[in-house]
Amino acid sequence: MTGASGLLGRATVGALRRDGHQVRTFQRGPSGIDGVDEVRGALPDRAPIARAVDGMDAVVHLAAKVSLAGDPRDFMAVNVAGTRNLLEAAREAGVHRFVQVSSPSVAHTGASIVGRDAERADPAHARGEYARTKALGEELALAADSRDLRVVAVRPHLVWGPGDTQLVARIVARARAGRLPLLGSGAALIDSTYIDNAASALAAALARADDVHGRAYVVTNGEPRPVAELLGGICAAAGAPVPSWRVPAALARTAGTVVEAVWRARPGADEPPMTRFLAEQLSTAHWFDQRRTRTELRWTPEVPLDEGLRRLAASFGR
Amino acid sequence: MSGRAPAVLPPAGLAGLDPALSRLVTVPGDGTWHVLDNGPRLAELGVPVRGTLLCVHGNPTWSYLWRHLVREATAAAEAGGPAWRVVAPDQLEMGFSERTGETRRLARRVEDLGRLTDALGLDGPVVAVGHDWGGAVVLGWAVDHRDRLAGIVALNTAVHQPEGAEVPAPLRLALHPALLTPATAGTPAFLATTLALASPPLAPEVAAAFRAPYRTPQRRLGIRDFVADIPATPAHPSRPELDRIADGVRVLDVPSLILWGARDPVFRDRYLDDLAGRLRSPRIHRFPRAGHLVSEDVDLAGPILTWLDEALGAAPAEQAPPDGEAREPLWSVLDRMRDSGEPALVELAPPGGKGPRTISWRLLARRVEELAAGLSRSGVSAGDRVSLLVQPGADLTAALYACLRIGAVVVVADAGLGLRGLSRAVTSARPEWVIGALPGLAASRLLGWPGRRIAVRRLPASLSRALRVETSFPDLAELGRDRRLPPEPEPSATAAVLFTSGSTGPAKGVVYTHAQLQALRDALARHYGIGVGTGLVAGFAPFALLGPALGARSASPDMDVTSPATLTAAAVADAVAAVQGTAVFLSPAAVRNVVATADALTPEQRTALTGVRTVLSAGAPVARELLEGIAALLPNATPSTPYGATEGLLLTAADLDLLRAADAGAEGVCVGVPVEGVRVRIAALDETGAATGTPGDAAGITGEIVVSAPHVRDGYDRLWLTQREADWRDPDGSRWHRMGDVGHLDEQGRLWVEGRLVHVLVTADGVVTPVGREQRIGALAGIARAGLAGVGPRGTQQPVAVVETDPPARRPRLADAALAARVRAAAGIPLAAVLVVPRLPTDIRHNSKVDRTRLSHWAEEVLAGGRMGTP
Repeated sequence: MTGASGLLGRATVGALRRDGHQVRTFQRGPSGIDGVDEVRGALPDRAPIARAVDGMDAVVHLAAKVSLAGDPRDFMAVNVAGTRNLLEAAREAGVHRFVQVSSPSVAHTGASIVGRDAERADPAHARGEYARTKALGEELALAADSRDLRVVAVRPHLVWGPGDTQLVARIVARARAGRLPLLGSGAALIDSTYIDNAASALAAALARADDVHGRAYVVTNGEPRPVAELLGGICAAAGAPVPSWRVPAALARTAGTVVEAVWRARPGADEPPMTRFLAEQLSTAHWFDQRRTRTELRWTPEVPLDEGLRRLAASFGR
Repeated sequence: MSGRAPAVLPPAGLAGLDPALSRLVTVPGDGTWHVLDNGPRLAELGVPVRGTLLCVHGNPTWSYLWRHLVREATAAAEAGGPAWRVVAPDQLEMGFSERTGETRRLARRVEDLGRLTDALGLDGPVVAVGHDWGGAVVLGWAVDHRDRLAGIVALNTAVHQPEGAEVPAPLRLALHPALLTPATAGTPAFLATTLALASPPLAPEVAAAFRAPYRTPQRRLGIRDFVADIPATPAHPSRPELDRIADGVRVLDVPSLILWGARDPVFRDRYLDDLAGRLRSPRIHRFPRAGHLVSEDVDLAGPILTWLDEALGAAPAEQAPPDGEAREPLWSVLDRMRDSGEPALVELAPPGGKGPRTISWRLLARRVEELAAGLSRSGVSAGDRVSLLVQPGADLTAALYACLRIGAVVVVADAGLGLRGLSRAVTSARPEWVIGALPGLAASRLLGWPGRRIAVRRLPASLSRALRVETSFPDLAELGRDRRLPPEPEPSATAAVLFTSGSTGPAKGVVYTHAQLQALRDALARHYGIGVGTGLVAGFAPFALLGPALGARSASPDMDVTSPATLTAAAVADAVAAVQGTAVFLSPAAVRNVVATADALTPEQRTALTGVRTVLSAGAPVARELLEGIAALLPNATPSTPYGATEGLLLTAADLDLLRAADAGAEGVCVGVPVEGVRVRIAALDETGAATGTPGDAAGITGEIVVSAPHVRDGYDRLWLTQREADWRDPDGSRWHRMGDVGHLDEQGRLWVEGRLVHVLVTADGVVTPVGREQRIGALAGIARAGLAGVGPRGTQQPVAVVETDPPARRPRLADAALAARVRAAAGIPLAAVLVVPRLPTDIRHNSKVDRTRLSHWAEEVLAGGRMGTP
């Protein structure tokens, strides 16, 4: 399991163990998970990767550079070269199954997604460095699929839950700072994935790899909500002010493009307040046809959205 | 320009064309034809061939036009179905056939085709299929080969220039000597114009295939000559041949099918009328939204093959057993009461503005007979269609019974359709006559509706001339003073074409026979106990018109008939008082307003209302709460709501006691039990939301409602396909009508309506019907009404609730968190979103049926991130 130190990594380790697997993790720092075999290293480095996959039956590849801005070379090094290294190491080590954790953004070209199934990754038209490099990574992984190394790509969409330092923390921080506008009417339907469901879907993909390898699946809760309602629900759970001011979607997209350009010229560790990618994500519909995912992975999300929000509120002591 | 070129096979790769079906056939002396022919393929299969479809294209197309037909006919044979050979030649000088350098006129083309079929050995049975001027050619062949002819299929074609019809403008232009060659051959203008008539537009690869054989001016000479050969004038050299064909077609005694795109600037409806009049009782389907290239705009291959099986297959469609029951004519009460001075009609607010007007039975009977005689003498014959553009009232009643009496077919379309809808409806029905008041006549003149015009009142001479009005009711009554009437029409004769509300697509004309209208009258009389002497307050036009047939004393309340929602409780009370009314017929929108205006009643008006025994709300199911409201207003009345549609006006009925006893937890609206003589069954929905189940009467199954009764419609007007889809025959041969509504029967035999079939959502978790959810959401405090929409692709649709709040919202928006939570809890299904709108879109006629199709389109756009406009 690569990238085990994040929210989804920890949850997935838990799900894999519940399925009876012995788990070894691979990440840069300590995973913070008790009782796992740990190998530390970075994806661009081959030697630690070889040690990590040695003797393993399967790989769940979650590690990635996830960010809204940054140096394109860093994205390439981790999300493309890193994936290539891991695939090669896995093949050499005789690993049989490989779950590539991907993202629906690999096939998102900016338009609304309304009830579509997973489409082919499209690096040429993907929006932003993250999506582009993840698309290339998924292509590499599926191209490596064979009878000996059975690869499944899983694309969880907008994973959130208690302890989330990515989506939830950012939304809440912005809301508290009064910097979380709603784009357009706030009615665009967005599907999302509660953390436990994303983890169980990855475990299911591993279990089903022999039958479904070579394919890509989008994973969500299957409960799209208007973006304003989703953001409002997360803010309410965290006790943050519910966003109320609105920005026209077109204006936000333009602003995002400008801001992105400025940030590129002025590299830094912080993230831009708005990117074109984010503006599109928040003002166009993103929800998916989950029938094939659920049938072929023999998986259904266990935690409904409302229950997820209750657990999130509980984690904020509410 | 002149040129010769050999026939060639079409190049590979033309969209949708199977090269294996192309062949070249040489007829010595004429030339070499390119022919699409699945004969060799059928021979390989070794299946018995039922017959041949001889398909002839028009100008400027080629056999590519028939690619779907040849492919589907072949596929049907391969799948073990009936095998039909399809032979579709490119006419000589056209398509990929030889350019012989000769100019071929119509007579020559007909002979050419005969020699081709001889060379192919087509000795029958042959079905002649033609489009555009190919229709004239293949019908010419049909006239000359009656021994082999088995059927006719005609697509937007003609064999005769109807009287008074000029050559359509687009053709006139092309025929101009200075323009002919440049427009048709020198440039691809005529070709491009024809291809551009497709709606939706042709895919680029399809348009390219149509152009493929006509790439150079040389190759387009045939197009020019074909245009020049249109017999536009009586002196045209091809006119005698066209006349020969037009006359010959009249005696062809074979089944025929006309498939027609209504939006054709050249072959307009009058050509359809002419052709239909020449063929022996043709099946007709007129596609309101398709154009000249009708076979490109809609799938015709399937319908043609279906028709072949029905019309020429082994088992001819069984006729419904006759109803058997002898009924009185619709005017029999008028006959019996002809000497009665008792009131027949009371108009509380007659046109013209003066106080109540009372018309006795004697006066009404005389007026009807005078008009009938006058109409008959003016040339209105049995079977003629008469469009009635008159608002409900005494004039409409008199016109209706006069027309029925002489066997004319009344065409009735509701002003609620809006001017565009009304125009489409009247045009599609092709009335020979129009009877109207001034607004109707003006609209009919301005919009060019067909039909000779008759005014209800005498108009000033200049206005009459301007509107081309030929006569008026006073003149007709004068003309018919002797009241000598033609023979009565047969019960099986068509009596009326009534238009649906058009809430799902263009309004459809529903055809009723006299026997069916008689049965409707008798069903109303029986179920509601209405007969001679009953005082009837008629706020619902379709039933109100039957008042004189029932013998009831009818009062029309003071209301704007085009806006039933304006009817007040006081107006109802006054009408009740005027006829000592015991029965009140209302529409759902009227019921709402009547209940809402009850406070304004005077004590006298309240007293008048205590005499009412029956009150019904017809047109759409009404909620129990409304009936409770009306019950409070009419203390001695049994409120009741029937279920029906234009196709069957009284099918089930529910009175308030039945509704009170009905289980509130069940899905949908209870509409009661079938009235006497009506049978109701359910065709279960499958997992795709289609009503594929065999209709049955098991309780608890949700599916399409299927009904049978003597008063259910005869058919749809010029909508053969629609009628086929709506008809179901049980093993006994009885004809049933599919309502297009979904619902279920319960253990007590009560029917529950759950919505329109087209509004059923198919989610990943299964099928969802709207009405029950809407009822539960609508019952929440602060919510006036709810509509259930669906967004996303069928199969994974997401349900969305759209609500009207009380008080109404000022603009559309997302519901706040608290409201969304309440609505979700009430709906009982996962809702992707809850939206609030100031007003839900509803049908114009009843203002009660939520237009969920429109609502879904709106929600789809808003929830995809589009602008929050108004639904």
